[in-house]
Amino acid sequence: MLHIPCPYCGPRDETEFHYGSEAHVAYPENSGNLTDEEWAKFVFIRSNPKGWMAERWVHSAGCRRWFNVWRNTINHQFGPSYKPFSQQPKSPA
Amino acid sequence: MATTTRRRTVELPDHPDFLWVADQKPKKSYDVIIIGAGGHGLATAYYLAKNHGITNVAVIEKGWLAGGNMGRNTTIIRSNYLWDESTGIYDHSLKLWENLEEEVGYEMFFSQRGVMTLAHSVSDVRSKQRNFYANHVNAVDSVWLTPQEVKEIAPIVNISEDIRYPVMGATFQPRGGIAKHDWVAWGYAKAAADMGVDIIQNCEVTGFKIVDGKVQGIKTTQGDIAADKVGMVAAGHTSVLASMAGFDVPLQSRPLQALVSELNEQVLDTVVMSGAVHVYVSQAHKGELVMGAGTDSYNSYAQRGGFHVIEHQLAAACELFPIFERAHMLRTWGGIVDIAPDASPIIGLTPVENLFINSGWGTGGFKATPGSGWVMAATIASGEPDALAKPYALDRFTSGHLIDEHGAAGVAH
Repeated sequence: MLHIPCPYCGPRDETEFHYGSEAHVAYPENSGNLTDEEWAKFVFIRSNPKGWMAERWVHSAGCRRWFNVWRNTINHQFGPSYKPFSQQPKSPA
Repeated sequence: MATTTRRRTVELPDHPDFLWVADQKPKKSYDVIIIGAGGHGLATAYYLAKNHGITNVAVIEKGWLAGGNMGRNTTIIRSNYLWDESTGIYDHSLKLWENLEEEVGYEMFFSQRGVMTLAHSVSDVRSKQRNFYANHVNAVDSVWLTPQEVKEIAPIVNISEDIRYPVMGATFQPRGGIAKHDWVAWGYAKAAADMGVDIIQNCEVTGFKIVDGKVQGIKTTQGDIAADKVGMVAAGHTSVLASMAGFDVPLQSRPLQALVSELNEQVLDTVVMSGAVHVYVSQAHKGELVMGAGTDSYNSYAQRGGFHVIEHQLAAACELFPIFERAHMLRTWGGIVDIAPDASPIIGLTPVENLFINSGWGTGGFKATPGSGWVMAATIASGEPDALAKPYALDRFTSGHLIDEHGAAGVAH
């Protein structure tokens, strides 16, 4: 089981959290003028890196807040976690 | 407990080292290179040779043959899907399974012992019955079972009304079943190698040679290999390959775990699945109970997952099958599955000319091995999507023609 570093509560068991996939996927600014290809990219394409990934989790059974964290998809090692809208720490890679 | 046992005694197949050249080195060039010597990649090579006469083919594998999901799945075979597109490819696959051992001349322990999918709530019953009627419309064998009929087919299932998620009915596909997964891979590998296909293990792809938007070969840890056409059949690592080739795929790689028990007496001679309580079980010929459940929630390439996922599925298994409570689990493992947004595969052309994709089989690819190889071989040979593969094109995420099997398949896709 992952031990996930919540930036509000500290490290807690994975079963207290839900996964939110890739972080920093912003809603398109000119959404009225997007082509089908651009919509497909926004709706369906997410990066799927082998290595460090910035991702979202929500501490559902804890503080109930969303946050972002760096995690390595090769070995499940965690990097720094950080609050939404805060400066993103550099990739630990 | 009086259940019928269907044991078979057969000669063990030849040791796999002698079924194909174990230390095959790559030639300078091939007509077709298939990336990935799992079931789908080997089946693709086999049908390229057999159906299309293309034998100057290499199957490139970064690890060992069938060492990825082909050697890690729970071997369930069925074709009772909801949508027409799914029925098309999965039932074609099941028909190929029915003659496969004779065709390739290799024992695979293919056993049509039936696949039962339990319903545990009113809405579950409605959606399973919808599926059952859809199967009838598509001429796929399907039977609706009452709880009492569930008990007649699988006496060890607990149909008491006093459990947390009582059994309220089930769909049953008699033609479904299981096969011995590594023998399937070996059978395809042997038959393909006999027709001249090179199987190159311990050879990892590190890049593509693409000139003017057209693939001309691959770069590997064993040097550059030229090819007229390349097929990516790499399951969980498809995103990694696609990024080397310079295009995006709507796939996420997740761990999917499975487990086996010690050898037990034969107590279950069918396959029982329950999407609602998250477990599926069959009993292998030797006697081990083989179980699986849903994926872990996060992206990973680590081929392992959390033990709480195993605990969850064992809790469900013990409630549904009280006889399992004293069984000992022998081992658990994980594989990395590539999941598309609509939980259906992505097969066909890519933005790079002569580079083809076969991916996104997610948690349910084993059953599709023959059908997947068949349509992939036809697509590569002609350069146009095979009729059964056409709905699974990469551009469906732009056109919106998704094949949404999530709800229909539940956890046990």
